[in-house]
Amino acid sequence: MTTTLAQAINRALRDAMSEDDKVLVFGEDVGQLGGVFRVTDGLQDQFGEERVYDTPLAESGIVGTAIGLAIYGYRPVAEMQFDGFMYPAFEQTVSHLAKMRNRSRGTLKLPVTVRVPYGGGIGAVEHHSESPEAYWAHTMGLKVMTPGTPEDGYSMMREAIAMDDPVIFMEPKRRYWMKSDVELPVTTEPARKAVVRRSGSTATVIAYGPMVRTALEAAQAGEEEGLDLEVLDLRSLNPLDTDTIVESVKRTGRVVVVHEAARMLGMGAEIAARIQEAAFYHLEAPVLRATGFDTPYPPAMLEKFWLPDVDRILDFVERTLTY
Amino acid sequence: MDDGPIRMHAHVDPATLLPPEDPVQLLKPDGTYTPDEAWPVDLDDDQLRELYQLMVVTRRVDREAINLQRQGQLGVYASCMGQEAAQVGGAYALAEQDWVFPSYREAGAAVTRGVDAATLLHLYRGTWLSNHDPHEHNFGLLSIPIGTQALHATGFAMGARKDGADVVTMVYFGDGGTSEGDPHEAMTFAGAFKAPVIFFVQNNQWAISVPLEKQTAAPTLAHKGVGYGLPGLWCDGNDVLATYAVTRNAVDRARAGEGPSLIEALTYRMEAHTTSDDPTRYRTKEELEAAAETDPIARMKLFLQGRDLYDTGVEEAIEERSSAEAQRMRDEIYDAPHGDPMELFDHVYVDPTGHFDDQMEQLAAELAAGETGEDA
Repeated sequence: MTTTLAQAINRALRDAMSEDDKVLVFGEDVGQLGGVFRVTDGLQDQFGEERVYDTPLAESGIVGTAIGLAIYGYRPVAEMQFDGFMYPAFEQTVSHLAKMRNRSRGTLKLPVTVRVPYGGGIGAVEHHSESPEAYWAHTMGLKVMTPGTPEDGYSMMREAIAMDDPVIFMEPKRRYWMKSDVELPVTTEPARKAVVRRSGSTATVIAYGPMVRTALEAAQAGEEEGLDLEVLDLRSLNPLDTDTIVESVKRTGRVVVVHEAARMLGMGAEIAARIQEAAFYHLEAPVLRATGFDTPYPPAMLEKFWLPDVDRILDFVERTLTY
Repeated sequence: MDDGPIRMHAHVDPATLLPPEDPVQLLKPDGTYTPDEAWPVDLDDDQLRELYQLMVVTRRVDREAINLQRQGQLGVYASCMGQEAAQVGGAYALAEQDWVFPSYREAGAAVTRGVDAATLLHLYRGTWLSNHDPHEHNFGLLSIPIGTQALHATGFAMGARKDGADVVTMVYFGDGGTSEGDPHEAMTFAGAFKAPVIFFVQNNQWAISVPLEKQTAAPTLAHKGVGYGLPGLWCDGNDVLATYAVTRNAVDRARAGEGPSLIEALTYRMEAHTTSDDPTRYRTKEELEAAAETDPIARMKLFLQGRDLYDTGVEEAIEERSSAEAQRMRDEIYDAPHGDPMELFDHVYVDPTGHFDDQMEQLAAELAAGETGEDA
């Protein structure tokens, strides 16, 4: 059966709500409209307006009331409509969602999932294509997940909702329509484990979210040039599965980290640091980063020059081979 | 306008939401009581004495905390001196199952809810960031980022309503807090979802050094609810009976499913913002002396005396409880040690798998090596 990422997440929400009546879904336009990407399509009809509801247009309010609902005993799944609109909720996320359990000395738990469609590549207008994952990965107390396949979209969403810790669930919006031939429900590896999507020996390409498919396409194209690339899908950005990364580095000795987010203090910086700490003598070349540039996200007509693509990934692979 | 796609937005008559022309006052500073049918005080003699006792205990607890800070036992403390009637009167109107979401200046609300005030001081001593279980007395964590707890109270109330539970929530914040965004988003949500939440603003006139007239051009802070469909209530926050009666009105309406309210209680911060602050740089001695004339505790004592509800027996009982609470605070806080440093890793996640194993090993090794952090 063919399933898109958006359908897989929708099904995960539906199944979680069927199994646990404490699960609530809310956000801007998630009700009758089914969300601007239709990820919550049909949920309000099935579960009613008490459990699936449109909120006022206020992101801090969405995350802040999610915290109150969680203290009461609910298991909220809140949607941020777009990556670039989560910033009003920064304070609630950083000062409360992430810290409240620690502050309460373990007496409170906040089983909140915040869904964030993120990333570019869809020709969107300004503020609709951002990759803010490093902010959340840098905020201790949060877990940060991002699926790269429909299978993971289902399984990781179920895991996020069932988890007693707050999860920022970053959904690669340009992959919402990506298809897999899969029967749902499906259970994949736990989110904290990175997964080797393609084994190879020339170099390791580390990707997550929207760049997993791009990295696989690069590996495919590289084959014609005689490159045998290993592709790693991180899946969880915090915690980060250092062990699986290091095992791959030990096999290949060369690494290119790929993400859409700007290079400066992006996930690539942390990954490069961990690799040199844990696998220094296994490296044949410096860890390189094929990323977006250190500029704000570009206007739509220029995004193809800004986003990492197959060519940029292969260029960086070639560079690691010159050492 | 006719019906049609362009909708009129007057869901309610705005006049029904407006605060009264003058703040509700039942007790004058000289202790004279003027009943008001609109704001009944349904309390018996014991309860009236209890209100007074809670205010006196609050002041003693507050004073003891300042002493502990002066003696180097607390890093900092935010006093609520002068605001006892606002905090006690408001919290006294709640039922046991209701919840309070406090800011960091809420000793009076804590005492009224039966929270051991001594445990709250661990935040200020720095032994941990809190040390009470919010579910024990339905009293949330002291919240420092201004006004942010308004959304937690609102979300909690939305949950209670969904659940059909008989629970009202109350959030305390200040005049400065009404300038922040979160209370406004909270009132927007509360109005839209008819959440049973009371927004209780203690207007103590000062946001650290910034006086109210520089904070806002609003006619009163109570008017700020009107734009969100919330009735704005306005009372003399140094009058514990008015504060109680007004809050009780809001609580009863919330409990009956009639939704949220905003209350502005006019009061005065008699102490510095915190023990780190120097208010002589921005307010005059004369202003402070004038504020002392409106003291909430003195006026309630005059009221009780006028009704023959106050005698040496009452005074001794109150003194006994106050001293016991103060002693309890000293026992809890004086030279209280921090816990095991390894606890730093204990509460960050329910499931910490994969997060900081190597860092736990690192700290454990540093501790084992006798690196105590003395030179940090």
